[in-house]
Amino acid sequence: MSEASPTFLLDGEEVPFAPGQTVIQAALAAGRYVPHLCYHPEFKPHGSCKLCTVKVDGHWMTSCTLPAQAGMKVESNTEEINAKRRLLTQMLFVEGNHFCPSCEKSGNCMLQAVAYDLGMVSAQFDHFFPDRPIDASHPDIVLDFNRCILCELCIRASSEVDGKGVFALSGRGITKHLIVNSESGRLADTDIAVTDKAVDVCPVGVILKKHVGFAQPIGKRRFDAQPISMQALRDAPRPLDRKPHSGA
Amino acid sequence: MSDITARLDSILKRHATARTNLVQILREAQEPEGWIRPEAITQIAKAVKLPRARVEGVAGFYSFLHLQPAGRYRIRFSDNITDRMAGNLPLLERLCSQLWVERGKVSEDGLVSIDTTSCTGMNDQAPALLVNGWAIARLTQGRIDQIAALIRDQVPIENWPVELFAIEDNILRKDVILASTLQPGDAIRVAMSRGRIEATEAAFNQRSWREGLDVADHGQTETIEEIKRSRLRGRGGAGFSTGLKWEACRNARATQRYVVCNADEGEPGTFKDRVLLARYADLVFEGMTVCGYAVGASKGFLYLRGEYRHLLAPLQDVLARRRATGLLGAGVCERPDFAFEIEIHLGAGAYVCGEESALIESLEGKRGIPRNRPPYPVTSGYLKFPTVVNNVETFCAAALIAFNGGDWYARIGTPRSSGTKILSVSGDCARPGLYEYPFGVTVKQVLQDCGAEFTQAVQVSGPSGICIDASEFGRRIAFEDLPTAGAFMVFDESRDMFEVARNFAHFFAHESCGFCTPCRVGTALLRNLMDKLAAGKGSQHDLNQIGELNHLLQSASHCGLGHTACNPILDTVRRFRPAYEQRLVSLVYEPAFDLDGALARARAMTGRDDAGAHLGEVT
Repeated sequence: MSEASPTFLLDGEEVPFAPGQTVIQAALAAGRYVPHLCYHPEFKPHGSCKLCTVKVDGHWMTSCTLPAQAGMKVESNTEEINAKRRLLTQMLFVEGNHFCPSCEKSGNCMLQAVAYDLGMVSAQFDHFFPDRPIDASHPDIVLDFNRCILCELCIRASSEVDGKGVFALSGRGITKHLIVNSESGRLADTDIAVTDKAVDVCPVGVILKKHVGFAQPIGKRRFDAQPISMQALRDAPRPLDRKPHSGA
Repeated sequence: MSDITARLDSILKRHATARTNLVQILREAQEPEGWIRPEAITQIAKAVKLPRARVEGVAGFYSFLHLQPAGRYRIRFSDNITDRMAGNLPLLERLCSQLWVERGKVSEDGLVSIDTTSCTGMNDQAPALLVNGWAIARLTQGRIDQIAALIRDQVPIENWPVELFAIEDNILRKDVILASTLQPGDAIRVAMSRGRIEATEAAFNQRSWREGLDVADHGQTETIEEIKRSRLRGRGGAGFSTGLKWEACRNARATQRYVVCNADEGEPGTFKDRVLLARYADLVFEGMTVCGYAVGASKGFLYLRGEYRHLLAPLQDVLARRRATGLLGAGVCERPDFAFEIEIHLGAGAYVCGEESALIESLEGKRGIPRNRPPYPVTSGYLKFPTVVNNVETFCAAALIAFNGGDWYARIGTPRSSGTKILSVSGDCARPGLYEYPFGVTVKQVLQDCGAEFTQAVQVSGPSGICIDASEFGRRIAFEDLPTAGAFMVFDESRDMFEVARNFAHFFAHESCGFCTPCRVGTALLRNLMDKLAAGKGSQHDLNQIGELNHLLQSASHCGLGHTACNPILDTVRRFRPAYEQRLVSLVYEPAFDLDGALARARAMTGRDDAGAHLGEVT
C-alpha cells in the first residue's frame, strides 16, 4: 500500500485502507484483529453475527459492512465492546447444543476460539437445548445441526462458488435453521460433493467430512498454537479463487 | 398430470413464473389443502428457477404458510394484550375442548388446529380470530359454540353465515382525512394542472427521457413542492419528511421508479389502516397515483398484511373501477405521458415486513429480512430501483395536500408536526375505535373522548413505542413529544403492567426475523426471563440480566425491531417497578430449573401422579 493511502484510527492507531474496503477488511489486512464469525475474506459480508460490532464516533456499527472512511475514529478492543461480544458469544452457545470436549472440530472451531479469546467462562443464560437431529445420510459428509451458528457461509459458498444452492435457511427468529436442497430433506439426496467449497467453509462443527475424524490430533490444531486474536492476517482480504458457474 | 399439479401449473402461469411473486404463488398453492406439499415446493422451485431449498426457506419464514399438514380449519386467536384483556384465552380453551384438540396441535382426524397469532388488528372489537385467514371479531361464548358446530359439521367456510365475518369501522372522531369528500381523480387532476400555471418551470427541468422523467414539467416538481410545504411527515412512526423522500426518489438516477404503500399494519394495537382501506381506498390509491406522477413511477404496490385478507377482493374491485374510469392504466386522466398501475401483494404473517426494506424483500418474493442500509429504498429499493415507501395514512394525507395545497395542511397541527393523526384507541375505555385529531392533542383529551376511567397507563404507538403513566397524561401526541404510528392502548388500574410487558416480550420473540444474533437470541432470552419472573422464580439477578440484554439489543441489533424490543420492559420497570419486585423470590439468585417439574413428562408417559412420582415427597 502506498504512502498516500487514506487512514482511519483504530483504538487510537492509524490503519491504512484501500478505497472500497470495509473497516474489518482494512483492520485484518493491517494485522489488527476484530472478532468475527459470519465474516469470511472470500465472501460478501452481510453482518449477521454482530461479533465485529465496533463504536465509530460514539455510534455502534457493524465493522464488516461499514465502508472505511478517512479520519473515522473506531473503537474496538475496549472492555465495554468486548463485554458485548462476550454476551453475543454466550447467546450463540445457549441457542445451540455445543459440547466442545466431544466435538471433532474442537481446536479448529472459531466459536470456541472466540469464546476463549474473549474470556468467556460460562454460558450465563439458561440453555435452550433445541432438538436438532443429525443428518448422516450422505456417504462422505455428516451434518450436525446442533452446532450451527447460522453464519450462512455454507449457503453463500454453495451458491456463489459451487453453483449449487445445497443449503438455505428456513424458519424465523429463534426457530431459524439450516435446510438442504432436497425433497426428502436429506443431504444424501442433494448434489453436494465432498470437494465443494461449502464443505470446507463451516467455522464450527456442523459440516464434517466422514472417514477423517481426528486426523489432526488435539493439541496440534489451528487455535491450539495461538489464540484467534493473534491470527488476524489469516482472515485478511485475499484474491478470490473462484471457478465460473451457472448457478443462481 | 394430477389435479394438484395442474392447479399449481395454472397458478404459476398466472404469476408468469416470476420469482417476485413467490410469496403470492405459495399462498395460493396452499389454499386447497391448507399446507404446501414437498412435491409442490419442488414444482414451484423448478418453475421459478430457484434451488428448492430457497423456496422452502421462503415458505418457512411466514407464519401463515405451512410445510406440514395444519388442519382443514386453521384457527388462530389474536393474542395481543387487548385480546387477553377481553378474554381470548378462555374462549380458545372452550373451542379446544369442544373440538377435542390440543392448542398448537392438529386434531387426529386432520380437521382442525387451534393456536394463537400476533395482533390481527381488531383491537376495537376484541377478542378476534382468523379462520383460514378470514377475520372474525367480537367473539363471545355463543360465537365460539357456533364456530365449533360449523367445523364439526364440516361446513365449507364460504357457506358460514356472513354476519360472523362482519367487521365494524368504529369511526368516532373525524378530521380532514376521515371527513374527506374528495372524489376519485380530483387530486390527480389538480396535481397535473399545477405545472400548467407555472409553465416556465419546465425550462429548468433538464432530466432526460432515459430516466423515465418527462423533459417538460407538468406539475410534478410543483406537487413535490406542495408536499414539502405541507411539512407532512411519514405516518408509519419514523416521521421522515414525505416531500424530501419523494424528491430524493425523483432525483435518483434510474430508468424505473416504484411506489409502495405499506399496509402491513402489524404493530399490536393499530387498526387505522384497516379502516382506511375498507372505507377510504380511493383516497389511498389517489395518493399513490399522485406520488407516482410526481416521482416518475409507473408501477405501485400495495403490500397488504395477510391478516387483512378480507380486504383483498374489495380493494381489487376499487382498482378495477379506477381502471375502468381512466384513473389507472395507460394515460391516467387522459394524459398520454403518464401510465400508472397498482398491484396488491398479500403478506403471510410477518410483523418484520412492516420495516420498509424487509417489505421490499418480501415484495421481491424473498424471506422478509431487513437490508443493510444505506442504500435506502429511495435510491435502491424494489429490484434496486428508486422506491418510495409510505404508510397508508401518509398517502391519504398526500392526496389531500395535492388537492388543497401545502399551506392549507401546514396550518393544521403543531409547528413541528403538521396535519392530523388517526389514533387506533383500544383497551380499557367505553368507546374504542378511530379518533382523528390535529397533532398536539393531549393524552388526557383522548382518554376523556374515548370514555376511559381510572386509567393507570397508556401504551402509545404499540410495543415498540412508549408506555406512560398517569403523571404524563398532559403530554401531547406529536413528533416532538409522543410520536406514534397510531396505536393507543389504555390500561386501567386493575391491570398488571408486568403482564402487559410480558405479552409484548412474547410478541417480539415470535416476530424477530432471526437474522442477527442479538435480536434472534436476545428476544427469546427476554421472553424466557419474563416467564421465569411470572412463574415466581425471579431474582434481582434476572432483572440485571434483562438490563444487560436491553443494552445489547439497543446497540447491536440489525434493525428497529431489535432496537425497540426491550422498550416495553424498560418503560414498565421504570414506571411500575413494584409490579416486578413483588414477583422476585430472592434478591440474589434463583434457578429457573424446576427439578420436580422436569419429571412431568415422565409422569404423563407413565400415567402416574402419586406421591412417589414427585421429588419433594420422596423420603
